[in-house]
Amino acid sequence: MSSAPTTRPPPEPAVDAGLRAALSTTERPPRSSPLSACLTFGWRGMLKIKHVPEQLLDVTLTPVLFLLMFTYLFGGALAGSTTEYLQFLLPGILVQSVLFTSVYSGVSLNTDVTKGVVDRFRSLPVWKPAPLVGAVLGDCVRYAVGATVVVLLGLAMGYRPEAGIAGVLAAILLVIVFASGLAWIFTTVGMLMRSPSAVLNSGFMALFPLIFLSNIFVDPATLPGWLEAFVGVNPISHLVTAVRGLMAGTATAGEIGLVLASTAVSTAVFAPLTVRLYRAKG
Amino acid sequence: MVTPDPTLAIEASGLVKAFGPTRAVDGVDLAVSSGTVYGVLGPNGAGKTTTIRMLATLLRPDAGSARVLGHDVVDEADAVRALVSLTGQLASVDEDLTGRENLVLIGRLLGVRRAKAKARATELLEAFGLIEAAGRQVKNYSGGMRRRLDIAASIVVTPRLMFLDEPTTGLDPRSRNQVWEIVRTLVAGGTTVLLCTQYLDEADQLAGRIAVIDRGRVIAEGTPAELKASVGQGALHVRLLDPEQRADAERTLSRTLDAAPHVDADPAALSAPVAGAEQASEALAELSRAGIALANFSLGQPSLDEVFLSLTGHPAEEPASDLASAAAEEQAA
Repeated sequence: MSSAPTTRPPPEPAVDAGLRAALSTTERPPRSSPLSACLTFGWRGMLKIKHVPEQLLDVTLTPVLFLLMFTYLFGGALAGSTTEYLQFLLPGILVQSVLFTSVYSGVSLNTDVTKGVVDRFRSLPVWKPAPLVGAVLGDCVRYAVGATVVVLLGLAMGYRPEAGIAGVLAAILLVIVFASGLAWIFTTVGMLMRSPSAVLNSGFMALFPLIFLSNIFVDPATLPGWLEAFVGVNPISHLVTAVRGLMAGTATAGEIGLVLASTAVSTAVFAPLTVRLYRAKG
Repeated sequence: MVTPDPTLAIEASGLVKAFGPTRAVDGVDLAVSSGTVYGVLGPNGAGKTTTIRMLATLLRPDAGSARVLGHDVVDEADAVRALVSLTGQLASVDEDLTGRENLVLIGRLLGVRRAKAKARATELLEAFGLIEAAGRQVKNYSGGMRRRLDIAASIVVTPRLMFLDEPTTGLDPRSRNQVWEIVRTLVAGGTTVLLCTQYLDEADQLAGRIAVIDRGRVIAEGTPAELKASVGQGALHVRLLDPEQRADAERTLSRTLDAAPHVDADPAALSAPVAGAEQASEALAELSRAGIALANFSLGQPSLDEVFLSLTGHPAEEPASDLASAAAEEQAA
């Protein structure tokens, strides 16, 4: 027996009793609740920040540059002094920074769709909107990080919020709420576009004019009438007005209500649309 | 309407899916017994992936119906999802996350408690030889490692039925053997496997029954033995030392094998269909008796091309149009 020549290749490693043991568990856990599924997808978003921090750098660096450039370059000309202009500009830059970050919700969704991982998620028995709701929730952490960077830099440059820390926190919260409503528009775009960079480009292309044609950088009273009218209906202007108000302690319920209303509208329209597109994706 | 049969893991009848003018799947019927490996064999663009996606509830059929483990894939999609798992052509794992994070993520989504999900991830990483790479991002994994992680992710909760879409395409032979070994172990544990493949030898190695699919239709169905009987066991390829002797060799082979040998473009090479190893060795003996010296010889299984040629009269589609139709399918999907 032992002298018989053997031509069989040696057995492959990696698959052995361990696998048999691993497969012997046939226990089926109860279906995850919608909340826990969303939180798990949110956790996935956190892990992405941990592993791909460059993305965060992109979106925080631009507002930092804007803040420095506008304050020191144009501040004197626009508002008489850089300190005074900073008081005006900072809430706007806070808004700009967070809104640009919200484009990434669409970019990362598109990345998932172009890779195979969405097939895995869609074949799992979880609450169907969970991958999307979880991702948007996870992105709120990004928004918070971006907002914090801008506020800290502003404070270091001499910005002083009249409403103190509570006002700043309320303002950040409002920006995050608005951004997550806006993010649903970008997730819809993310489902429709062919590549992540197309989503990024079209998102930025759409945001740039809306950001500039708002009250972030200049007082709209100085604009020609037709432009002033546009700036007046731009939802980003409403957000900036409310954020300035919160940080200065002068915000009215109407200003905040207007922001919450536009958030509700964009969420109500685009969240179901994204979920529909996600589910119908072949 | 299909009446449920408890011994069948998959029952599909008349499945149709069109992407624009292309009918990717054009009336597919399948009956897969529980606890077996069922092979779906066909070239790129034949409709294998589309069929699997309909059965895995990722695509809604345009017509026809299917029950997976007794549940309708359209009306009871969630019940199906709870019992099956899918390993797609693209590795369905998150490349930015580590191997361990991927497995914990899937476990948590399936409702496994945190501590248990972590323990399960470790168990699977060890079983699949990935424990050393557990903390590395998946984008740094080799193709074989990625594929193993993908399969591990599919069994975080042991599925009753597993869809494997071309699990060894692009893998080196060693990784391929590992994947085969994993599939055998899965089935030994009672899981049913639906395996899509382009390789006849893969289907032959693993599957109890095979459906051959071409242009969206099942064109042949049976055990691997039945299928091969219809196309011949294989082919004997010989290469002569002296190309001058090819005509002699051709005569000898055609007499011994009772079939016309195929003359290759290579002036010293010949191949002929053989019924089995015995007949092949007989033919080799005849050649040496006739004084024809061989540089080398090999016995090959009929290729997918030969299967197709004999079943359909046309070869498996050209690689170029393959890619085009696969791309079209991909886009439409």
